[in-house]
Amino acid sequence: MTNISKAELAVAALRNGTVIDHIPSEVLFKAVKILGIEKVKSAVTIGNNLDSKKLGHKGIIKVADVFFPEATLNRIALIAPAAVVNIIRDYEVVEKFPVTLPDTIYGLVKCGNPKCITNNEPMRTRFSVIDREDVTIACHYCSHTVKSTDAQII
Amino acid sequence: MNTKSLVSISDLSRDEILSLLDTARKFEERPNRRLLEGKVVATLFFEPSTRTRLSFETAVNRLGGRVIGFSDASNTSTSKGETLKDTIKMVSNYADLIVMRHFLEGAALYATEVTDIPIINAGDGAHQHPSQTMLDLYSIYKTQGTLENLTITLVGDLKYGRTVHSLIMAMRYFNPTFRFVACKELDMPEEYKAFCRENGIRYTDHTDFSPEVINTSDIIYMTRVQRERFADIMEYERVKDLYNLNNAMLSDARDNLRILHPLPRVNEIAQDVDDNPKAYYFEQARNGLYARQALICRSLGIEVND
Repeated sequence: MTNISKAELAVAALRNGTVIDHIPSEVLFKAVKILGIEKVKSAVTIGNNLDSKKLGHKGIIKVADVFFPEATLNRIALIAPAAVVNIIRDYEVVEKFPVTLPDTIYGLVKCGNPKCITNNEPMRTRFSVIDREDVTIACHYCSHTVKSTDAQII
Repeated sequence: MNTKSLVSISDLSRDEILSLLDTARKFEERPNRRLLEGKVVATLFFEPSTRTRLSFETAVNRLGGRVIGFSDASNTSTSKGETLKDTIKMVSNYADLIVMRHFLEGAALYATEVTDIPIINAGDGAHQHPSQTMLDLYSIYKTQGTLENLTITLVGDLKYGRTVHSLIMAMRYFNPTFRFVACKELDMPEEYKAFCRENGIRYTDHTDFSPEVINTSDIIYMTRVQRERFADIMEYERVKDLYNLNNAMLSDARDNLRILHPLPRVNEIAQDVDDNPKAYYFEQARNGLYARQALICRSLGIEVND
């Protein structure tokens, strides 16, 4: 049996739910936090430092019986732009799609500028993607820019 | 954001800038007009700035409007922990327009999101100060007769000086050539140089405030080099006088050259320049009144006739 079919078996072990694959190992737990996995009551399997042809090492999140809104899943594109979502129903992958980075990111990133209004008012942060290639975002309010990999997640 | 607000100079189109300059000209010809009869303008200065506040309040008074507000947040409910949102919402019940200055960056933009009345940003931290840029543009326009095809030399603190950054943004419509004259510690940030390249704006970098630079400029925009910007005090001592201007340096300058400075000046412009007809910084400050009258009328949708 090849590695690929073993991996497929691992994914298929879920009866119903969501599998998020190809998350870089170093941001796996950030992704867990962004998706709010700690509040999920059903079975959750988190794997990390698994071999990956694409990434070298990768993380994977499997959540039984939960189907996230696409907008929620896309929030992890900020830190895991190559992540792929598999929707599982009755042991079958019924849908598979890459996450896509939205143009505007609300309430996810803390602005790195201590003099920014968002760090001093009870309000939602807002960032715009200004460079998709190396994923740089800018604060809507104070214009402070940060690379997504350095962004502080709220 | 409501469209009548002004948060950043980049909110304005080329046509809007030209129209505001024309309105400022009308106010210079006749500053006292009762266009704001029955209107109340709030000036909320969460951070003190006497110069800017007096300029805005004079503008309202000369237009026949009334002013409410505060000049220092320390004796307002902000000091009791009231949020900016609540202060803006409260004042919106009373005023037709809010002019605000705040020490936090992005404060004015956030204010536009919590109220329906227009906001004019009178400075948000080190971020934006569009009414200063409008008076700079008006000063350039008035002294040169045009904004097109000018050579503008920016001198001093180009790293932290928000006035020079905003001026570059505003001039993008008018085919300028910029000279950036600064020491390497206070060099123009890369993001603004990138902005120039993307917008086809020519610029050159200089560490030397040389006669060639001075004698080929239409505008020299001086800024203050501040000691607190330097990590190394020896470095400050080395460069502090390199970017000072004195009258002898202007002997071969173009006739149309004018010297601008956002003020306050310390010693970057010698006193002997003040009597040179090329010195324009005091008139520049007065132009702030007309530029602000124009901005207030724009925000309130008031048409200004000749």
